[in-house]
Amino acid sequence: MHLYDLPIICVLVGLALYAVLGGADFGAGFWQLTTLPVARGSGERAERARLIREHAHHSMGPVWEANHVWLIFVLTVTWTAYPRAFGAIASTLAVPLLLAGLGVVFRGIAYALRSGTDRPSELGVIDTIFSLSSILTPFALGAMVGAIAARRVPVGNAAGSLIGSWTSGTPVLVGVLAVAISAYMAAVYLAADAARNGERELAEQFRHRALGAGGVAGIVAIVGLPVLHAGAHPLYHRLLDGPGLVGVAISVIGGLSTLVLVAIRRFEPARVSAAVAVAGMIIGWALAQQPLLLPHLTLRQAAAPHEALVVLLIAIAMGAAILFPSLAFLFSLVLRGHFDPGHVAQDAPASPRAVLAASSAGLFARLAVAGLLGGLGFLTAADAPWAHAIGVVCLLACAVFAFVAVDPTGLAAGGDASS
Amino acid sequence: MQTYLRQASQMQALSFTVHIPLVCFGIALPAIIAFMEWRFLRTGDELYRTLARRWTRLMAALFAVGVITGTILSFEMGMLWPGFMSRFGGVFGLGFAIEGFSFFMEAIFIGIYVYGWKRLKPRTHLLCAVPIILAGFTGSLMVISVNAWMQHPSGFKLVHGRAVDVHPLAALFGNSFLWNELIHMYLAGYIVTGFVLAAPYAIAMLRGRRGRYERTALAVPLAIAAIVSPIQVLVGDWVARDVATEQPTKLAAIEGLAHTTRGASEHLLGWYENGQVKFGIAIPKLLSLLAFHSFNAKVQGLDAVPASQRPPINITRISFQLMVMIGTALAVLGVWFLFMRYRRKRLPDTRWFYMAVAAAGPLSLVALIAGWIVTEVGRQPWVVYKVMTTTQAVTDARSVPVGYAALAIAYVLVAIGVVWVLRRLSAAPLDELDGAPAGTPATAGA
Ligand code: HDD
Ligand code: HEM
Ligand code: HEM
Repeated sequence: MHLYDLPIICVLVGLALYAVLGGADFGAGFWQLTTLPVARGSGERAERARLIREHAHHSMGPVWEANHVWLIFVLTVTWTAYPRAFGAIASTLAVPLLLAGLGVVFRGIAYALRSGTDRPSELGVIDTIFSLSSILTPFALGAMVGAIAARRVPVGNAAGSLIGSWTSGTPVLVGVLAVAISAYMAAVYLAADAARNGERELAEQFRHRALGAGGVAGIVAIVGLPVLHAGAHPLYHRLLDGPGLVGVAISVIGGLSTLVLVAIRRFEPARVSAAVAVAGMIIGWALAQQPLLLPHLTLRQAAAPHEALVVLLIAIAMGAAILFPSLAFLFSLVLRGHFDPGHVAQDAPASPRAVLAASSAGLFARLAVAGLLGGLGFLTAADAPWAHAIGVVCLLACAVFAFVAVDPTGLAAGGDASS
Repeated sequence: MQTYLRQASQMQALSFTVHIPLVCFGIALPAIIAFMEWRFLRTGDELYRTLARRWTRLMAALFAVGVITGTILSFEMGMLWPGFMSRFGGVFGLGFAIEGFSFFMEAIFIGIYVYGWKRLKPRTHLLCAVPIILAGFTGSLMVISVNAWMQHPSGFKLVHGRAVDVHPLAALFGNSFLWNELIHMYLAGYIVTGFVLAAPYAIAMLRGRRGRYERTALAVPLAIAAIVSPIQVLVGDWVARDVATEQPTKLAAIEGLAHTTRGASEHLLGWYENGQVKFGIAIPKLLSLLAFHSFNAKVQGLDAVPASQRPPINITRISFQLMVMIGTALAVLGVWFLFMRYRRKRLPDTRWFYMAVAAAGPLSLVALIAGWIVTEVGRQPWVVYKVMTTTQAVTDARSVPVGYAALAIAYVLVAIGVVWVLRRLSAAPLDELDGAPAGTPATAGA
């Protein structure tokens, strides 16, 4: 293990978390799509379809933004630690990257729009956009992974084929697999959520979907073997009778146990085993591909200078120390059902207290003026950097004191503006 | 080989123009909402909670759009500028990597805050606003450290076209440019949010809806913007002096100064052509005074560098004048508001004042974009100032024009969607705002 190996491990962990958490979000969009044809009109089927869509939508609620930051994390760590590889990947794979980006845009905007309506016709349009982009983005990102795995991204500025690099067998296969896995993960998660809420029927429906999608994902993986053999021969060998085999094994075991757990309705452990299956796949790919990142570019050659890596790793460690407790807080609130419909905290009655005494406003106004004068002197008139620092602090203090002195809520409560 | 530098630049500019106004709300709105919630907890007055909840919905919707436009930006860094990323990713990338964590904090706690109304204990809920406010600051700090590094690069050596001897911390944070850009941008966030948020309530007042609800909703953001605007003028002056010393060519472009001059005069308005400012109002020696605090200081002109190293003059210059004029006008408006508050102890009651506030919202946005155009176009033709040109940075991929067109169409749709949803949200009856945030239709499943 070398220093330049550590960032790629962070990247892969980020990728796995994105595939698991973000993937489940994308998959929820996928399941919304499958209900759209029956969602119009009334009757029991339509009502059930509507429930499925609402459930899929609601369960993403508080977490989707956080889930998608994993993608940002993967990108930024890659471009800091392996800048040459990043430049090559992003320029040669500009088209799928753009498609993924457009998917992100339309997904996000559809998500934001949903709060503006509850009319079925408008919801239908919005959910359609949401679902289609939920398929486009994982496909495009998967195709990018496939193109890298199939060694179709040469080093250099847009040196590979703009279209051919990601439309051959292996990239398309990985893209499709990404969509199938997303759907599978989502169905498992949504079944677990529904079971937790005590919605038996909904849980059953997602249980069926999970079994179906799990089967499909398995078939895609098996059908993919000949494709891989033809299109990415080195990868194929290193996956199946080389270092990648460990990952493949983990993945197969994880996938099969998830199917069993779902079948016997043990949804919570199934969440975990599904995640293990995805992680196994990524481990397998990484082991099969190393030490090459791109053709003729090893990790070592791609890596940024030593000090950049050290500082990056320290930053990641410090960031993780804040991030994981916060994530744990968020997910514990979600998983304990705090955000489920109908959950209300006991509203402690607020104890009214006196508003700021009017007489102190004059004091704060004078402090604000003092801050302003300090700013004028240290920031505007003086030239030394240390004086500028004092000047900025004076101005910020001025702003805070002025705000207290203005007391806008008191101002609004007072005289009538029209008088 | 042909590259699409122009289209790539414009695509980058478009993406920023969409992202940066949203960012302002990410910076300032959490603090404003938390203030309202705190008033509610102190006084028990439902009015404050209602406003805080309404604005929380706004924040949730705008944050979602901020996330997607920001994601596009990070894609574009590599998609459009692989030369830049390949060579310097290791130098400045750290800023973005840390920024990623700050996005995490922001996204996590916005999720909790938005969904937690009524579902968390009041005090816990208010506390959840603190990380959001901090993350808005650290997020801006990190990205701006990258931009400031591009303006004033340091912390590496270039050997045979590779960056060696790299010191990322020194490059990003040991940079004098960072602090003035950061403070200027951070204050701009409060100005933009304050005026844009106050504008619809000013219009409501003009239409005769002057209840305590409207007055409160107007007074809080307006007070913030009114206080920050005059301060921004001082900070802007500080920024300009730093530009004068570190990027003299940019200053010359801003001022339309063709030749290196002692005791240079400042030109207001006008148009730069053939080495001089036409139809402008000249104020003798003012430029030397402003830039270097001395009437006879020497100011470097455009002729100090070959023509191929000069930025587009008129775009830079006009954007700058626009920003400064708007900035000055906003400061005057703010001072007027403060004066009325101090003297009459009430909100101003003249119609023109409310019309001015209604106009200040969009105008502050114009100033924001104009300022960034000064910074970014004025940096041309360098992507890393005096180190790497944009021609060296740009992608060779032929897909740029198509990507640009697709993104432009997508963003037009996004703009339409945002306007639509904001109008819907503002029309939604208040009693339906039971903490169900963006994404949950107000009456769903009820
Ligand atoms: C509400 C927005 C706003 C307002 C009222 C002002 N500015 Fe500004 N300005 C910005 C928003 C902005 C910005 C956030 O768009 C920029 C772009 C880069 C930056 O850090 O801040 C900027 C950049 C910027 C620059 C270029 C910095 C560079 O190239 O690195 C200068 C010289 C000024 N400003 C000066 C001023 C002055 C003298 C103002 C006073 C009247 C002023 N600004 C008001
Ligand atoms: C931290 C923030 C920013 C970074 C890292 C950044 C980075 C870049 C890069 C890499 C380019 C392409 C190279 C070039 O053309 O010089 C660029 C161009 C540009 N950016 Fe920025 N930018 C930032 C903020 C902004 C913002 C907020 C705006 C707002 C509108 C903006 C406006 C532009 C424009 C107009 C161009 C095109 C310049 C031209 O070619 O004429 N930038 N920026
Ligand atoms: C001056 C320039 C910039 C500032 C001040 C800024 C600040 C912010 C802030 C405060 C947010 C929080 C989201 C929101 O409030 O809407 C945000 C979002 C985002 N920004 Fe920027 N940003 C700038 C430029 C950039 C650039 C150059 C990039 C990428 C290359 C970028 C990438 C992102 C991303 C990916 C997000 C979404 C984060 C999430 O998922 O939560 N931004 N930005």
